[in-house]
Amino acid sequence: MIHFESRAEICWFHEWIVVAVALALTGLTCAVLLSVFGFDPFVSLERIVIKPLSSTYGVSELLAKATPLITIGVALSLSFRAGIWNIGAEGQLIAGGLAGGAVALAFYGVDSFWVLPLTLLGGSLGGLVWGAIPAFLKVRFNVNEILVSLMLTYVALLLLSVMVHGPLRDPDGYNFPESRLFHDAAILPKLFSAGRGHVGFIFSLLFAVGATWVVKRWHLGFEMKVSGLSQRAACFAGYDRNQTIWISLLVGGALSGFAGVVEVTGTIGQLVPNISPSYGFTAIIVAFLARLHPLAVVPAGLLVALSYLAGESAQLALGIPGAATQIFQGMLLFFLLGTSLLVNYRIRFRRRL
Amino acid sequence: MHKFMMQLRTRVIVSLVAILSFGIVSADAAVKAGFIYVGPVADGGWTYEHDQGRLAIEKAYGDKVTTVFVENVAEGPDAERVIGQMANDGADIIFTTSFGFMNPTIKSAKQFPNVKFEHATGYKKADNVATYSSRFYEGRHVLGLIAGKMTITNTIGYIASFPIPEVVRGINAAYLAAKSVNPNVKFKVIWVSSWFDPGKEADAATALIDQGADILMQHTDSSAPMQIAEKKGMYAFGQASNMAAAGPTAQLTAIIDNWSPYYLERVGALIKGSWASSDTWGGFDTGMVELAPYGKAVPADVRQLADNAKKAIIEGRLHPFTGPINKQDGTSWLKAGETADDGTLLGMGFYVEGIEGSLPSAN
Amino acid sequence: MDMILLSAIVHAILVASTPLVFAGLGALIQERAGVLNLGIEGLMIVGALAGFVVALSGQPLLVSVLAAAMAGALLASLFGFLVLRCLANPIASGLALTLFGLGLSALAGAQYVGLSAPQVAVWHIPLLSNIPFVGKAFFSHDPLVYGSILAATVVWWFLMRSRPGLVLRAVGENHDSAHALGFSVRGIRFLAILAGGGLAGIGGAYLTLIQTPLFVEGMTAGRGWIALALVVFASWRPFRVIAGAYLFGCVTIVQLHSQAFGVSIPSQILSMLPYLATILVLVFISWRSKGKGSVGPSSLGKTFKISH
Repeated sequence: MIHFESRAEICWFHEWIVVAVALALTGLTCAVLLSVFGFDPFVSLERIVIKPLSSTYGVSELLAKATPLITIGVALSLSFRAGIWNIGAEGQLIAGGLAGGAVALAFYGVDSFWVLPLTLLGGSLGGLVWGAIPAFLKVRFNVNEILVSLMLTYVALLLLSVMVHGPLRDPDGYNFPESRLFHDAAILPKLFSAGRGHVGFIFSLLFAVGATWVVKRWHLGFEMKVSGLSQRAACFAGYDRNQTIWISLLVGGALSGFAGVVEVTGTIGQLVPNISPSYGFTAIIVAFLARLHPLAVVPAGLLVALSYLAGESAQLALGIPGAATQIFQGMLLFFLLGTSLLVNYRIRFRRRL
Repeated sequence: MHKFMMQLRTRVIVSLVAILSFGIVSADAAVKAGFIYVGPVADGGWTYEHDQGRLAIEKAYGDKVTTVFVENVAEGPDAERVIGQMANDGADIIFTTSFGFMNPTIKSAKQFPNVKFEHATGYKKADNVATYSSRFYEGRHVLGLIAGKMTITNTIGYIASFPIPEVVRGINAAYLAAKSVNPNVKFKVIWVSSWFDPGKEADAATALIDQGADILMQHTDSSAPMQIAEKKGMYAFGQASNMAAAGPTAQLTAIIDNWSPYYLERVGALIKGSWASSDTWGGFDTGMVELAPYGKAVPADVRQLADNAKKAIIEGRLHPFTGPINKQDGTSWLKAGETADDGTLLGMGFYVEGIEGSLPSAN
Repeated sequence: MDMILLSAIVHAILVASTPLVFAGLGALIQERAGVLNLGIEGLMIVGALAGFVVALSGQPLLVSVLAAAMAGALLASLFGFLVLRCLANPIASGLALTLFGLGLSALAGAQYVGLSAPQVAVWHIPLLSNIPFVGKAFFSHDPLVYGSILAATVVWWFLMRSRPGLVLRAVGENHDSAHALGFSVRGIRFLAILAGGGLAGIGGAYLTLIQTPLFVEGMTAGRGWIALALVVFASWRPFRVIAGAYLFGCVTIVQLHSQAFGVSIPSQILSMLPYLATILVLVFISWRSKGKGSVGPSSLGKTFKISH
């Protein structure tokens, strides 16, 4: 009989072996699928993965795509460690993009150095407020944060829609639902001459390093982790659960909001009804792919960003429908979750007595 | 049940192979034309018709041209990257087929000055960016005539997407035409805030019929309203594509967006080396706007009326916006005999007199 | 407003709400067993496609609905395997399910886009359907509308009045105690996941078989998430799920009608109401049960592992 035993200590080697196995299984399944449909897997790989990355443009775009995923993924890895399930990072991102965008538009035409920092601050605050709502409701009324943050995502999306259809609409834009293009003073500097890779990526790296520091060196990180593993243990140790809730959701909100404002000032350059192709949800995959290690979120974010680019080049080069990207991401997550059993538990084969 | 699942699987695989083998193109052709689609090719409406245009290019120019496309490109941060990837991948001309691609197209055009861009339904041009659209309001005029003649309840239901000039113009054109043949006609408009949400479009269609509409018009892309009209024994007009399959008896006619003439001309110009940035707004006369064959329910006299109007528009004898026309608030817009200029039409943000309700979030 | 229109509006509300009733019940039965499944959206769309494909092949409604339920249950079993067997994180597993279901249905369903399912006959309930107003509003529907109410009744009876239902709730409330009493926690949860997947699949199929009736990718358009909210809104009670679903449907339909009447409030503001209402209800029920521990099944979303 198969029997699972909790491992007392989780070995880092096991952890990364599992990620490698999940990636290998996903890659293998993709290769098999490709050959079933008559494509040479190696040639296809070259066409859909290597080629888009072989130009500065491609790399730059990859970094741009990975920026929000890493930024939010870092926040979520902290929050999930603490057992706070912030599923509504998407809404916090939109709130941040909207608030930051509104600041940028309010100072339209002002050509000063402080416009951009103010815009970024505004965006982070917007996300922070959106994250504070589920935090407050959880601390005060013990309301489930999963549902509140999820509901608020729809509210944020609709709010953005109201604003770009109305007050923030481009006055010279023939009534089309978009804001005007931001003034140059509110645009994030680019990293390369080609593509849209911007300094937001550097920030995301800093967040990852900072969060790692919090987790490893700071007592707070330990408290949050204990609180996530066992509320009772945390209680006995005298740790403040409410503090964990506040920090998880406020940091999550602020970082997601930052990701949102960076997205509108870095890659889009204006407010449109749709500022995020579900970055907030995809970042959940990123956080799990990184096994909730903030530093590992960086490669995980890059990999998931690459899956989007690869999905597009698969359409361009091979004519594979766009839905394949979602299947790939779903499959990767399935394999990862399926194999993570091997990390957390020791499998024993025992004879039934 | 098992047999069914096997069948399902076989069908899925067959279809996958069909989809996959479809996109393969040879690499040694002279001109590479790329298409960015906002929806799936199989949407049966807007994107489907653009893809028909792409296929027409392949058919007409044979090995002088190859085509690529990316479907389901969201109007957001991803659009610019997909356009850029296509340009990087060697496309010589890229058609971006939705309004939301306007700024991404302009920005990409700056990054890739040697690639030609064609943006549908927008208003920003550049040296290597041309714009194109169709005078769908000419089609809406004919639809309005048919609706005005055929309605019994004197109520036309209109399912609209977003209050942008294109949609507002369509409502106004259809209303003025309907009113001209039926002074008692009323329009009821529902905005669904989406181009494509079959469930919501179906709910809106049901609501309009429940409120007494017996003919539906839509400016959204799914065939759900047509299906509802068929189910409830009402009439409707197809949008963007011939939707007779969804409503064999319900469809009176449909506005068909025929992009082929334009795409053939532009790619042809590129092959010859005579491509230049331009602003095209084609109507019935260019073949870019077409009508589907009339449904059985349309009586002979109405067909005659519709055909005459279409002919008059082609010959320049009739402009759907000819004064006297007042705006909804009663102020005069066009004096008797005056016709609307393209600039006003392109930015149309008001209802004409007689339409009830107000435009959403109009300032 | 005349009565005919009012009854038509009520009729439309019931139609718009029915997918939510099924999907909400599907989420409810799983949550009562302690399983939080965020994959409802994926289950719905897979059911939507399966039901549609079978209907196209000329099968009667019942067979199409069964196919949708089986497709939903099949995909849900994958979730069950991950969460119960591999002890994977349920939140990530549910999201993976949604992603996978949306992608799979888009890919497999591309060839069916543009086709129409055959019309489903309306069942006029004898005598009752002749009553003015009430007849049109409540007793002249397609079989699935009645089916949704029947489903809620069955789920209620099962959970509240039958012994297996009691066991299921016990598993959801405290899986360790249930295990100690000798019940198979994993077995019961797996069955709940299958049943929930089936119900969500039927909810999706209602869209493609009756409401629109056509298939396009992504057509569930977030209804799976609304269903999850509904369960909380209903404080995990089957009949309140119906009430909640009708409230959501009411906001949707009334908003459309108010537009046709010429009332213009930005539609986005009205569309926000159901979400805000759910948050308020959440706060209310959490506040009322303050001090009595968490709201809803106590073991909800917690991983169960057999300890010695």
